[in-house]
Amino acid sequence: MFDALSDRFDGIFSRMRGRGRLGEADIDEVAREIRLALLEADVNVRVVKGFIARIKERAKGAEVAKSLSPAQQVIKIVHEELVETLGGTSGKLAMSPKPPTVVMLAGLQGSGKTTAAGKLARLLKSQGLQPLLVAADLQRPAAVEQLRVLGRRLDVPVHTAPEGGVADPVEVARSAFDEAARLGRNVVIVDTAGRLQIDAALMDELRAVRDVVQPTNSLLVVDAMTGQEAVNVASAFDEAIGLDGVVLTKIDGDARGGAALSVKEVVGKPILFVGTGEKLEDFEPFHPDRMASRILGMGDVLSLIEKAEAAFDATEAAAAEEKLRKGQFTLDDFLDQMQQVRKMGPLGNIMKMLPGMPKELRGAEVDEGQLARIEAIIRSMTPAERRDPSLIGGSRRLRIAKGSGTSTQDVNALLKQFKVVQQMMRSIAGGKRPKLPAGMNLPPGMPGLPG
Amino acid sequence: MNSALVLTLILLLAVVLIVGGLVLSRRSQRAAGPPASPPIEAPTRPPVAAPSAGPVVAEPVGEEIPAGETLSPPVAEPVVEERPRLRDRLGRTRAALAGAFTGIAGRSTVDDETWEELEEALILADVGVATSTRLVEAVRERAAVERITDPGALEGLLRAEVAALLAPGDRTLHRAPSKPTVWMFVGVNGVGKTTTIAKLAQREVGEGNRVVLAAADTFRAAAAEQLGTWAERTGAWLVRGQEGADPGSVVFDAMASAQTRDSDLVLVDTAGRLHTKVNLMEELKKLRRIVDRTPDALTEVLLVIDATTGQNGLAQAREFAQAVEVTGVVLTKLDGTAKGGIVLAIQAELGIPVKVVGIGEGAADMVPFDPEEFAAALFGD
Repeated sequence: MFDALSDRFDGIFSRMRGRGRLGEADIDEVAREIRLALLEADVNVRVVKGFIARIKERAKGAEVAKSLSPAQQVIKIVHEELVETLGGTSGKLAMSPKPPTVVMLAGLQGSGKTTAAGKLARLLKSQGLQPLLVAADLQRPAAVEQLRVLGRRLDVPVHTAPEGGVADPVEVARSAFDEAARLGRNVVIVDTAGRLQIDAALMDELRAVRDVVQPTNSLLVVDAMTGQEAVNVASAFDEAIGLDGVVLTKIDGDARGGAALSVKEVVGKPILFVGTGEKLEDFEPFHPDRMASRILGMGDVLSLIEKAEAAFDATEAAAAEEKLRKGQFTLDDFLDQMQQVRKMGPLGNIMKMLPGMPKELRGAEVDEGQLARIEAIIRSMTPAERRDPSLIGGSRRLRIAKGSGTSTQDVNALLKQFKVVQQMMRSIAGGKRPKLPAGMNLPPGMPGLPG
Repeated sequence: MNSALVLTLILLLAVVLIVGGLVLSRRSQRAAGPPASPPIEAPTRPPVAAPSAGPVVAEPVGEEIPAGETLSPPVAEPVVEERPRLRDRLGRTRAALAGAFTGIAGRSTVDDETWEELEEALILADVGVATSTRLVEAVRERAAVERITDPGALEGLLRAEVAALLAPGDRTLHRAPSKPTVWMFVGVNGVGKTTTIAKLAQREVGEGNRVVLAAADTFRAAAAEQLGTWAERTGAWLVRGQEGADPGSVVFDAMASAQTRDSDLVLVDTAGRLHTKVNLMEELKKLRRIVDRTPDALTEVLLVIDATTGQNGLAQAREFAQAVEVTGVVLTKLDGTAKGGIVLAIQAELGIPVKVVGIGEGAADMVPFDPEEFAAALFGD
């Protein structure tokens, strides 16, 4: 989501890299660019002002002036400030010493509260807790039904207003405790109706619900696409019910998500979770440090490793490593690895997390059809061909193309790419820092193969 | 980092490099050579229903729920009731901007800071940096030409610029020459597509039209129920499918149903989707193709945008326009303090006009967009 922002910084800093020391004028130019980038990313004007002032102050300080690589210094400063603005450390839900723990979700209409409630229930359940969903959104038609459906899918009970009873969210919330006790549930997740922060009547109702449930965590659900308004929304909700944290939704789009920066800065409460997709499992803890790295174009390596660990089979990986060392990485191995990678989710998302990706690739949507085509091409080769692609001459190419329903150009392209990568692998295995094709950079911290 | 992790990364890189290289080379081929093969018929969301045989043979998966007995006597009386005016509803916005202007008007001369403040006020309204700069530049030029030195006069100039920017564009909701007319509603998740349809359905039914609501959002849990509730309340017909069914089949059924029932208007509610999801955008194109089989029926493809949306609204408009030829924007939730300034950027950069504005919860709170009023309301009159 912050990709475009990091592109921007890429531009500024690559220009800076060429120069020696940072002069006052340089700092002003950088500050202007950063300001523009942040504004285009929907960071609130006032938040931007404070942010820029801090950057300038520090950039003019001794640490930069004495540094031999001022560009690096500025990146470091911006990074640190971003991490700080985004929240310092990653937050966690507070657990009540006296169960049940109560989580209340509030926010504007359409910010994604009901979906977030379902996703949170799934996450907590996977951690061994027993959540109860409470449908206190009695405004939107079928909101209760939506939560019921989610509950059924997750096998989590949903507490709703009694059939034919008075539709009062406060009553629903009140009776939720008995229901939780009856069902032996230790976390209660209350989904409230969406409301405008200036709607006095509905804000009063929200306060009444809060008073009844005494939430351990009052969370504001914010759409990552929100503009300047995010600040007003956050401060009004904070004033009304006292927020403990924020859930940022829909960050799987291309919104730059400046709202995250604004909300954190203004309300001073951590962003706890992010909604990263349409499926119920697309819900992750928020990591400010990773997000800041992403903003600066350093990629999101840590998230990537976590995903990889979940998806990869250790023994297979060890076998592949062995082959790699010996420089025997074949198309078969490539196919295996590709399938492993696909387990980690859409390739486009993974590419976004990789450091040093060229811009064209970072934004590219790789549709699964393309992967299927690659698979088809490799599967149309004989085992001997997969081991040694140099066997593949003109007529074999034609056969492979026909067999896979592709063109010989497609086959050629794949073989060419594979060769490049194979060479790269060899040099890595040889302990050298790989020479990458134009436009690709490995992150500075990435070592060669150990041992 | 242990070696397994390093390896993992390298292998990942390998895969990404190869696949990425192919993507890029395909792209450049596409850019240079003849148009590549027709777009792959994208798989829809996680397959839930039995493999759909495509729209051609779409058996009515949907059941039709006639809207109770309320059909002949329309529920709502003809909407002559007082429509709220845009200006009244924009009062809060006005206040926000007016604050900036009183500050400016209080100055004695126009200097750089004045211009900066003007620009900032626009940015705070989500107009965006580029469009704000453009507007302020225009005002600056005029002020120079007309030798305006009174900061207080700047407001009038800016207001004129905003109105001029919004002036072009066709704002009518068009009808097909023969029945039925189809309006399709698209947008990202949570912007208020279903509510917008409900409001328009109420108005249309109230004006004596026979309206079919097509619940083509088969993805979100209970989306069809939500639209069904509205169908009952407004006295429109609902055509829906099973949850997870092919939305194409719902649209197909809705079209068939509209023809047999001699309906005037079909409102197609599509699932919210982020414009970056290629598959889902392909699905949307498919829905459009199904409607387009009835020539000239589809007269409006309306992009619903939430007034709180920031600069991403521009990307949304661009992508949706490219996929399904958006004819206009519906700006929703303008009853808060959000300014909806992004529509200025959308009009300026893409030339897509705002056609309808949603300013409240009631069914009557749907008003035509009027640039003069919008500008006037923004700056007070």
